Amino acid sequence: MSKKHEYGLLIDYEYCTGCYSCQVACAQEYNWPAGMGGIRVNEIIQKLPKGKHYLTYLPFPTELCVLCKPRTKKGLPPACVKHCMSGCMTYGAVEDLAKEMTKKPRMVLWVPK
Amino acid sequence: MATSKTTIHKTTTWSPGPGCHGGCGVLAHVKDGKLLKIEGDPDHPMNQGRLCARALAMTQYIDHPDRLRYPAKRAGKRGENKWERISWGEAFDLIEAKMKKIRKEHGPESMIFNVGTGRDIYAWVCMLAYAYGSPNVMFGLTGQACYGPRLASVATVQGDFSVFDAAQWFPERFDHPGYEVPECMIIWGYNIHATCPDNLFGHWITDLMKKGTKIICIDPRLSWFGSRAKYHLRLRPGTDSALIMGFLNVIITEELYDKNFLEKWTNGAHLIRNDTSKLLRESDLVENGAPKNFVAWDSTGNTTIVWDAAQVAYRDIKATPCVSGEYTVELWTGERIVCHTAWDEFCNEVNKYPLETVEKITGVPADDIKKSATFYAKAKPAAVHWGVAVDMTPAITPLVTGISALWALTGNLDIPGGNVFARFAFDVVSYALPGTKGPIKLKTEEMDKPRIGADKFMPLNKFYWRCQTDMTLDQIFTEKPYPIKGMWIQTAGIMQGLGMDPKKWRSALDKLDFIVAVDVFHTPTTQLADVVLPAGTFLEKDSFRSWWVPLQTINKVMKVDECLPDMEINFELAKRFDPDFKFETLYDLYDDILKPSGMTFKELQEKGWAYPPEGSSSCPYHRYEKGLLRPDKKPGFRTPTGLFELYSTLREEWDLEPMPHHEEPPFTPVSRPDLAKEYPLILSTGRRSPAFFHTEHRNIPWLRDIDPDPILEIHPETAEQNKIGNGEWVWIENWMGRARFKAKLTPVVPEWMVMAAHGWWFPEKKAAEPSLYGMWESNVNQMIPMNEYGKDGMGAPIKHSMCKIYKCQPGEVTHE
Ligand code: SF4
Ligand code: SF4
Ligand code: SF4
Repeated sequence: MSKKHEYGLLIDYEYCTGCYSCQVACAQEYNWPAGMGGIRVNEIIQKLPKGKHYLTYLPFPTELCVLCKPRTKKGLPPACVKHCMSGCMTYGAVEDLAKEMTKKPRMVLWVPK
Repeated sequence: MATSKTTIHKTTTWSPGPGCHGGCGVLAHVKDGKLLKIEGDPDHPMNQGRLCARALAMTQYIDHPDRLRYPAKRAGKRGENKWERISWGEAFDLIEAKMKKIRKEHGPESMIFNVGTGRDIYAWVCMLAYAYGSPNVMFGLTGQACYGPRLASVATVQGDFSVFDAAQWFPERFDHPGYEVPECMIIWGYNIHATCPDNLFGHWITDLMKKGTKIICIDPRLSWFGSRAKYHLRLRPGTDSALIMGFLNVIITEELYDKNFLEKWTNGAHLIRNDTSKLLRESDLVENGAPKNFVAWDSTGNTTIVWDAAQVAYRDIKATPCVSGEYTVELWTGERIVCHTAWDEFCNEVNKYPLETVEKITGVPADDIKKSATFYAKAKPAAVHWGVAVDMTPAITPLVTGISALWALTGNLDIPGGNVFARFAFDVVSYALPGTKGPIKLKTEEMDKPRIGADKFMPLNKFYWRCQTDMTLDQIFTEKPYPIKGMWIQTAGIMQGLGMDPKKWRSALDKLDFIVAVDVFHTPTTQLADVVLPAGTFLEKDSFRSWWVPLQTINKVMKVDECLPDMEINFELAKRFDPDFKFETLYDLYDDILKPSGMTFKELQEKGWAYPPEGSSSCPYHRYEKGLLRPDKKPGFRTPTGLFELYSTLREEWDLEPMPHHEEPPFTPVSRPDLAKEYPLILSTGRRSPAFFHTEHRNIPWLRDIDPDPILEIHPETAEQNKIGNGEWVWIENWMGRARFKAKLTPVVPEWMVMAAHGWWFPEKKAAEPSLYGMWESNVNQMIPMNEYGKDGMGAPIKHSMCKIYKCQPGEVTHE
């Protein structure tokens, strides 16, 4: 793996509640104007058999995510990870996070940078 | 405070700012008196570093260009948006003079003091109202239908309120050795997002789910919980009380209840006379017997035994009271009558709800009810968390007492992981919620007499120290039995939020001689005031909170222009209105209220927060067994009998139904098939947005970006039938009026229901009337009535009305 893309964000989307803390935490940290920011939360509704549906929220890192380099350099967690109300985001080395993914389903690993 | 270094201040959230019921710990980064950033405090046991979107947006709030920054008095007509800046001195003098004139001419009760939901200012509004001499503190919702009714209902049958247990009582939280994770949790009418309702951190529930808690979700909408629930019961709005009767039916029929609890801790064995259908009292048995004592049948001695309410025990401690059966009893008059037990009466009521009947009423399949009730009853431990949906129906008490009976009969009351008694930390009470009395009181009981509705509705009389909202509104027009001349409105939105039928409120405000509004921003409500005072946010005040646990301070970290914290405003005026007001400074008052904790305000402030020690009345568990709930220290509950009352003695005395049951609300397709022909859809409202606290935050760019428009959720099939496309503007209309919303086609709502977002006004639109920030455009309250409250003066049909929907014509939409 290239040295340049070593870190990522692991999202346990089973527990993402759509609280939008990540989105606003990023906007606050980097003073993004409304409408921009490092992460956007999406609502996904899946149609299931027997007239049922399933509701998922999924945060998606945008082109503006810098993986909180200024924070992680100081040993601080990214602003979004720190404030996630559900504690469903993890920042770390891609290899470690990939290992975490083998432990439970409904996870996604983003490597935005 | 001017320094060039950034300082980090620990404090607690509560109201102005995030707007919420508060309680989490934050770190405020301040430089040169400006807020740079706000973060969750990782050391705080409540949120452990997490923080919601609204609190994280505080930099856009505190320094918002539209903040009210100095006092102002009206310069034009009401609603013209013409204001003249005045000094605090002038403002206080003006208010003092006007309000004293009203008091002199009409009596202190002619001033109403209006507060919003769960605010940090209840204590201080009461302080002001009581110093002025008025008992009329008003929460502006019809039927006061939020939280208070729940508290008052629960107090009636179990004395103290109880909440789900997420180990919030202990600083070490889930690591507390006595704690157990609930195996099952019922989430009744509550959606998570970023709400922390009633001082419970919403995301504790996700913490519990990660630890294995399985969810039963009761909600017509497909909520986040609904998707992840073991059982999702999508009931028709307003039929919650039928559903709880179904649950009770299952646990009784299947004998899934705790027999020991029933026999030992409830009044199930107390006898009810077959002839009068009233409880048999000691005064029936012996000529000078106490009417407060009740009677049971002892199977050992085959005779009656007296339950001595003062002793919280049967007179004959060796007796074995029977919880079931019919017994013939001789009265002191010599008459012989037949009696049955309260438990048999309870079971008879429950038997009226076989699951087929419940399915018919609620729309929830009988099999799902059976499986859910069985799962809850067999899970050890199991907890219930309920949202405001339970208050928003007229027959609130029959519903709430049913849910209380469920957790009590299944042995889940005050056990680890169950529903645990919630008391104010160290019994320090500033915000006297229904059921509690704090040190902030009217000077005499006599002064409470004119409280509107208190003589008519006993739950208000006994537990709930507010005036009845609907009656208050009517009294503004009728002036009977006395006129209402003024209103003090503090961080509350009677026009845009709390007030149902807002047109009626609009004309009511015109009847008043004097209106003061205290707020952070101008709103449709403040625009109708005569004096507007700028309130400080939570970062601009020293205060404390003791709403459950912990006991903690809110710390002043900055000042914004001339804004003053609510309590400082009220303190100054309280001193002016009450010559005997006994406190020099606000801190003297804080110290006085904090006395039971053994700490002064300064001492508590140094600690930040404090948890009551184990063995105290505000720390769980099993407190009714240990004698920690009652003032006399006897084991038992703080009820008239000292027992958990399956059959409410108070409600029998008040001529209200003493037991849970279902009542069909006033505006449903079942109760009003005539209206259903024209208005075929159920209109529900109030689903939470993570971006807003009710009517607030529409002016905060980061938050408005999340939820830009007033949304109406419509099922795709229903939308198709009505020829409505996603994102189109539609009218919701019923017999009261109409308002327009942006359609969101989504299967999260059933085909037969639409969900309208609440609390909408547009801070970006014109302030002056008739626009009033566009508040008439998308305010769903225009289709919800006043005066449909329950028999006990509480609860109202807010979440279940009826409507039709149709597309807006071009030119009818001014939003875009
Ligand atoms: S990691 Fe940092 S930059 Fe990226 S989304 Fe999260 S807060 Fe924004
Ligand atoms: S903060 Fe966490 S729970 Fe909230 S939306 Fe973002 S990822 Fe989801
Ligand atoms: S809503 Fe919850 S997280 Fe947000 S400020 Fe209030 S208590 Fe804290």
